[in-house]
Amino acid sequence: MPKVKVPRKSTTVDMTAMTDVAFLLLTFFMLATKFKPDEPVTVDTPSSISETKLPDVDMMMITIDKAPENRIFFGIDGQQKRDSLLNMMAAKYKVTFTAEEHKEFSLLSAFGVPIAQLKQFLALPPTERSKVKQTGIPCDSVNNELGDWIWFSRLVNNKIRVAVKGDQSTSFPVVKQVMNTLQDKKMNKFNFITTLERGAE
Amino acid sequence: MAEIEGGGKHKGGKKRGKKLSTRVDFTPMVDLGFLLITFFMLTTSMNKPQVMDINMPIKDKTIPTQPVAASQAITVILTKDDKVVYYFINQQGEPEAPIITDFDPRKGIRNTLITENAKRNKYLDSIPVYKKQMTDGIIDRPTYKAHLSAIKNYEKGLIVVIKATDESRYKNLIDILDEMLICNIGRYAIVDISDKEKEMVKIAQPTN
Repeated sequence: MPKVKVPRKSTTVDMTAMTDVAFLLLTFFMLATKFKPDEPVTVDTPSSISETKLPDVDMMMITIDKAPENRIFFGIDGQQKRDSLLNMMAAKYKVTFTAEEHKEFSLLSAFGVPIAQLKQFLALPPTERSKVKQTGIPCDSVNNELGDWIWFSRLVNNKIRVAVKGDQSTSFPVVKQVMNTLQDKKMNKFNFITTLERGAE
Repeated sequence: MAEIEGGGKHKGGKKRGKKLSTRVDFTPMVDLGFLLITFFMLTTSMNKPQVMDINMPIKDKTIPTQPVAASQAITVILTKDDKVVYYFINQQGEPEAPIITDFDPRKGIRNTLITENAKRNKYLDSIPVYKKQMTDGIIDRPTYKAHLSAIKNYEKGLIVVIKATDESRYKNLIDILDEMLICNIGRYAIVDISDKEKEMVKIAQPTN
């Protein structure tokens, strides 16, 4: 019997379909993505059954670190808004910032240093900033810088809303202090950021 | 490359210019595609965080505060170790003995709030009815919200006065505000704790 030669089949696979899928997914993720803003501290927010979503724009975010540090961080959205906010703060506290520092500040999503140390903080390259321990924004009755940040943010953007993001273990007096400050600045309506409760009915 | 040219044999005939294959190897492109997908998948933050609305009263000394009817009010004090102390005011205007409890979903403060609110707010039963009407499409969402808000703020319903000691945590505050949502209580306020109440908590919850 003569051997039957099976013709060898090509191993090339048509990649077109796979490419299509890959790029479809890529397009989806590129459009859906919104980069996580770099946070100075990671906080573990408490859970609630509330289903209201956090709006993207016109937000002022007050982050409170976990106990025992309870440091306060502050940030608003919009680069131009940050720029004019710094102008107002600089005028009030008689600190002058260079154009370079203004640019650096407008790129900062959140910070937690007193205004006196802000110049020093902005001078650091962005990669170094996360290594520095930020002391938090002072918010006591003697020196309430947080109040000024809130007040000037309202002047910069009158539609601004406040979101308070605290850690589960943040001590109540600090939260109370922040709430009092907000009330003093006539921000009587604000939001607490929570995560959706798992296994809620 | 690891390709094997397919079967056909060339037999004689006219000599033609060799036709080049128009096929391009897509593999590197797919590689790149998936690499980018992975990058975007990892950097993207899909779920937006939830928020809880809160309205605080205007800080203005000129606006007179309205006294709360004693029979309607319950004072809830957040204390250390995630415990809660609550008390009522009796007919004579004296605080009743404080009771200590926690945030247990079954036996904790929720139970008390639900029973006490149900005693005072006779319209609570209609919430599920409205909810069903909404899911059946009889009423729309804004109408449902309006009904819900009206029921929650019913003037004879339970009023919760929330206070907190300095030992309590932020989590406790969120938890109790969450209970307000769960128990359909629309009338509540966060108030500063008085020294008298601090003493009361100390007696109810002795330091060990």
